Amino acid sequence: MIGNMLRRCWRAVRRLSGDDAYERYLAHHAEHHPDAPPLSREDFFKQWQDTKWKGVKRCC
Amino acid sequence: MKSLMGKIGWLTVALLGASAVGGIALNRGESINAIWFITAAACVFAIAYRFYAAWIAAKVLVLDETRATPAERFDNGRDFVPTNKWIVFGHHFAAIAGPGPLIGPTLAAQFGYLPGTLWILVGAVLGGCVQDMVTLFFSMRRDGRSLGQMARDELGPVGGFAALIGTFAIMIILIAVLGLVVVNAMKHSPWATSTVAATIPIAMIVGLYMRNIRPGRVLEGSLLGVILLLLAVVSGGWVDHNATLRALFDHEGLPLAWGVIAYGFAAAILPVWLLLAPRDYLSTFMKLGTVILLAIAIAILQPEIKMPALTQFIDGTGPIFGGTLFPFVFITIACGAISGFHALIASGTTPKLLANERDIRMIGYGGMALESFVAIMALIAATVLEPGVYFAINSPAGIVGKEAAAAVATISSWGFPVSVEQMNALARQMGETTLFARTGGAPSLAVGMASIFGNAFGNGMLALWYHFAIMFEAVFILTTLDAGTRVGRFMLQDMLGNFWPKLGQTSWMPSVILTSGIVVGAWGYFLYIGVIDPNGGVNLLWPLFGIANQMLAAIALCVGTGILIKSGKLKHAWITGVPLAWLVLVTTAAAWEKIFSSDIRVGFLAAANNMAAKLAAGVLPPEKAAVAPQLIFNQHLDAWLTMFFIVVLWVIVFDMLRVSARHIAGKPVRPLTESPHIPSRLVEDYVRD
Repeated sequence: MIGNMLRRCWRAVRRLSGDDAYERYLAHHAEHHPDAPPLSREDFFKQWQDTKWKGVKRCC
Repeated sequence: MKSLMGKIGWLTVALLGASAVGGIALNRGESINAIWFITAAACVFAIAYRFYAAWIAAKVLVLDETRATPAERFDNGRDFVPTNKWIVFGHHFAAIAGPGPLIGPTLAAQFGYLPGTLWILVGAVLGGCVQDMVTLFFSMRRDGRSLGQMARDELGPVGGFAALIGTFAIMIILIAVLGLVVVNAMKHSPWATSTVAATIPIAMIVGLYMRNIRPGRVLEGSLLGVILLLLAVVSGGWVDHNATLRALFDHEGLPLAWGVIAYGFAAAILPVWLLLAPRDYLSTFMKLGTVILLAIAIAILQPEIKMPALTQFIDGTGPIFGGTLFPFVFITIACGAISGFHALIASGTTPKLLANERDIRMIGYGGMALESFVAIMALIAATVLEPGVYFAINSPAGIVGKEAAAAVATISSWGFPVSVEQMNALARQMGETTLFARTGGAPSLAVGMASIFGNAFGNGMLALWYHFAIMFEAVFILTTLDAGTRVGRFMLQDMLGNFWPKLGQTSWMPSVILTSGIVVGAWGYFLYIGVIDPNGGVNLLWPLFGIANQMLAAIALCVGTGILIKSGKLKHAWITGVPLAWLVLVTTAAAWEKIFSSDIRVGFLAAANNMAAKLAAGVLPPEKAAVAPQLIFNQHLDAWLTMFFIVVLWVIVFDMLRVSARHIAGKPVRPLTESPHIPSRLVEDYVRD
């Protein structure tokens, strides 16, 4: 019960911080583009950060 | 039975909230406990969320949970991703929560605790939360389009252009004033300067860790960074005790300002992974951690508020910034009640993550309510200080006098007793040489937070808590500075790209350097002037920022009102129309006073004329005479800038009224650009895991 809750919290923290972004990308990729090879972890992370900081992300 | 229990429960919340607000408003005793502020805010926001936000969701916007959101329709695993509502709430809150709601209420405390508290509550419930929620909704119904695009599509090119220019201008002023806050916190404070300086290499270490050593391991890298940051706070104390190192980090305002400008330029052209992204992780963790810690500390300690409900400075003679209660309390609180900047987050990033339309109420309305709660806590931290201490820290030397004895005499003569010994003892406790005239709000907030933390968690470490608070403020102010400069650069490249396409390429180095240089030069100019201004610069820049931010909020509310009317919801258009009318009134009144007031501490032109007359008469001391021409030029520039903001505001208001009037008269207007209704196919359980 408590273990389950902790696991859920941990998942939320990873999701919020983007720690699991690559895993989610792999899952998405496997589902939608199974024929093309996915990006490596490094390349994905670079691209992910570059797109993230193209727009207004932080406020006053 | 259940509904009866619910009704009784909400009735209790309503009664509790009403008595807390009433108690705060009517209390004229010696002091009042901070717990009343927390209670009032919690009850007011809970009631507003339960009833007003629910009513807007159901009757005005008519949220449709069977309709597919852009995240579902365009799901690409990157920016369009259907996401659990708590996760979206976290992202949205982290994005909208910035230094504004900490600084604004701290400055506005010069009027007493009451005006700020009431405006934060009323402004958020009827204005800020509604703006965020409505903008989020309309952007979501338009595939996550930005505020500027929506203004162009729904109102016309004039409105679109006004929104674009307004956003760019507010960015410049915002960064300048935030830079000034950091500079004032670091001035002659080796501890603060060395700690803030250390955050730069720490961010780079984290960036390299996440990129090369353990790619994409965000949590590991952030944990490493947070530990290093805490070490930096501690080692700042060692720097402070070592004479050689001390001299290395002990600087006047001007060199520090140049440092911030150089840093801003470097951050804008360096790759995001090296500095901006890791710094942002650190600042987000520090921000959330500190806000939670502050809430816990206030709940444990239940400090007494020492500031009176109202001070004599409602007449406009306040030392921190000049201007009467109306309209300046509204301009000063700014982000804590209504922030136009939020409309940029609520259109663009957040709508692309929504899994279901009904999440909008919690994320749009609830996110802003939580932000206003942070503003209330900042107000508490400012008002638990002895008023004399608060004014001694926040009043610029140009107003109360350079010498400590003169400053305490002036402040005590206002009826807020304070002594030199008291200030020296406090400075020693906080590990600073002096706390006089540390304007900008950050140091007084840090003293307030340190005393709350110190009393709640053990009194021995006040100096550490103080510098922790300074570091916490500096870290996310610098994140806003980096991110804002970069966004300004992209906007400028986008605009210039219309004339010379090559300049529009965001990765072409000459264009990057040129546009970054222009953006940094623009805010660097205002920062420079703010630092050399003898009245501390905050008096000059914060109202300008407030006016710009409220103008942007008015633009967002114009877009919202226009779309509501075009959607045939004229009878409900008041939900955005009323806050819009109030903002237009407040912003115009403030701008009018800032330009034309004959009080030299309020009116830009009066100040310019006054200084020009003194300069011509030769009565200025030589060091002031040397900078007088620059200050005079700047006062004129600020007057024109304020005028420009107001013109932009009225242009978009008239554009909205024109479009609305045509629609009501049955004449053709631009069609609504809402995306078609596609039924949602997401299985409930899958999305909400």
